[in-house]
Amino acid sequence: MAQQIPLVDYLVLGEHPHLVANECTSCGARFFDRRNACAHCESTEFTTADVATTGEVRAYTIVSFAAPGIPVPFVAAVVDCEGTSVRGNLINVDPDPEHVSMGMKVRLATQVIGTDDEGTEAVGFGFEPLGG
Amino acid sequence: MASASEELWILGIHMTKFGKHPDKDLVDLASEAVRGALADGGVTMKDIGIIGAGNLMMAMAPTGQMVQKQLGQTGIPVYNVSNACATGATALRVACMAVKAGETDMGLAFGVEKLAGAGLLAGGARSADSNTWTPHGRYGAVAAVDGRIGTETMPGVFAQIGMEYGHKYGGTSFELFAKISEKNHSHSTLNPLAAYTKKMSLDEIMGDVMIAYPNTRPMCSANCDGAAAAVVVSGAKLKTLSLEQQKRAVKISASILTTDPWEEACQILPNVNTLTRNAAAQAYEQSGVSPADLNLVELHDCFATAELVHYDNLMLCEEGGAADFFNSGATWRDGTTPVNVSGGLESKGHPIAATGIANIWEVAQHLRGEGGDRQIEGAKVGLTHVIGLGSACGVHILEKSAA
Repeated sequence: MAQQIPLVDYLVLGEHPHLVANECTSCGARFFDRRNACAHCESTEFTTADVATTGEVRAYTIVSFAAPGIPVPFVAAVVDCEGTSVRGNLINVDPDPEHVSMGMKVRLATQVIGTDDEGTEAVGFGFEPLGG
Repeated sequence: MASASEELWILGIHMTKFGKHPDKDLVDLASEAVRGALADGGVTMKDIGIIGAGNLMMAMAPTGQMVQKQLGQTGIPVYNVSNACATGATALRVACMAVKAGETDMGLAFGVEKLAGAGLLAGGARSADSNTWTPHGRYGAVAAVDGRIGTETMPGVFAQIGMEYGHKYGGTSFELFAKISEKNHSHSTLNPLAAYTKKMSLDEIMGDVMIAYPNTRPMCSANCDGAAAAVVVSGAKLKTLSLEQQKRAVKISASILTTDPWEEACQILPNVNTLTRNAAAQAYEQSGVSPADLNLVELHDCFATAELVHYDNLMLCEEGGAADFFNSGATWRDGTTPVNVSGGLESKGHPIAATGIANIWEVAQHLRGEGGDRQIEGAKVGLTHVIGLGSACGVHILEKSAA
């Protein structure tokens, strides 16, 4: 199997791929980026928290115009993963309003987005319909 | 209430025609707006004590000084500001704060943008992926994430914001959002300074090119060139000016700028709601005006999906009631709370930094009874609103002079 690297450092690959967040130890606020401090309570202590891999669609759009090189149309969404909001594409679903709906239940899924000159695969994530 | 010396007034204001100006550069457009505002107020650069200069796309340039070098170098301080789509309102805030602080009794603010022909303004370009995956940035990304992890395009971001509102409160549909755009395109037929003045049917709007569902092209703000400028004067100084100047002056009853307080998800999908609601609440408090008093509103309809949520955020309707409010006809120019009678960003156009002053020009026209064919009869109080992602929200409440 090819060497793999996650598209972003908050995606943990392996047998059970999942997302992790920087969780403020003081107030519990969660962030996906490298932090200087907590934007909510100003604390500087964080722990790594696993984010639920299932959730429901809180907002979506079907993007038809994007930068060159981005396959369109695709579904961009915000998924409420048991209280933690996550940005991601909806994948393994037809990108039209008949097949995507607000509140639909989804689960995290990974997909290879490309292979570099050294043969390493970059792996991204999205959300696919649950039970689909 | 503020005493006369603490009051802020618009003495003069001007906007250029919005649209394509291939023969005019940034300084030409800004100069036209500034000279127009000075003439409208009956003053010159020598009367001005401070300049707030707004421009986004060329934010590294000393835009204010470039305009001074054409119109009058008097040595006064210039603050060049950029604050996303709230840039114009921010420039105006700079002038307001300086006058209110007593550093000067008269300030100038302008916003200018050359944007005709621009495409997607965010998420519109992306660098090629590298030959070997190397994590970089705050997310340790090995490749561009726009389009791979959701969207950074403005039509897509604001589409989600409208969809989220609809999911929370119900009553929305592709057709409802399109009807909002139909209203604004209809309103602009009466505005000769709008970039687009062609009425569009609901079928035309829904059948146009889809950009980011449910926003089709005419439901998106129109990239165009334009500028707007305003002269701000203290209440004390205004009293020393002519009766004619006092009569045409427009009172700034509230001038507010907010950013978004932290909330869950606000760094995932921009939350344009809370900071707008906060700005509106502060503006109503500062002015003593209530939403029911408003004779017209110019709000930031950067996309049709955005206009809907701001009915609610500006408290023009009951919480959750934006769809019903629109369906009642309230926001058409003959409704109880006319919204975007200028045509809004979707039809008047959105030369970014100009927008936050051009919306004040629009309201001022009506308060002065100089609105021409689109005059809202008897208008006494109006509200303007802009929001820039990042985020910043500017709200101003304006009142007709009693002089």
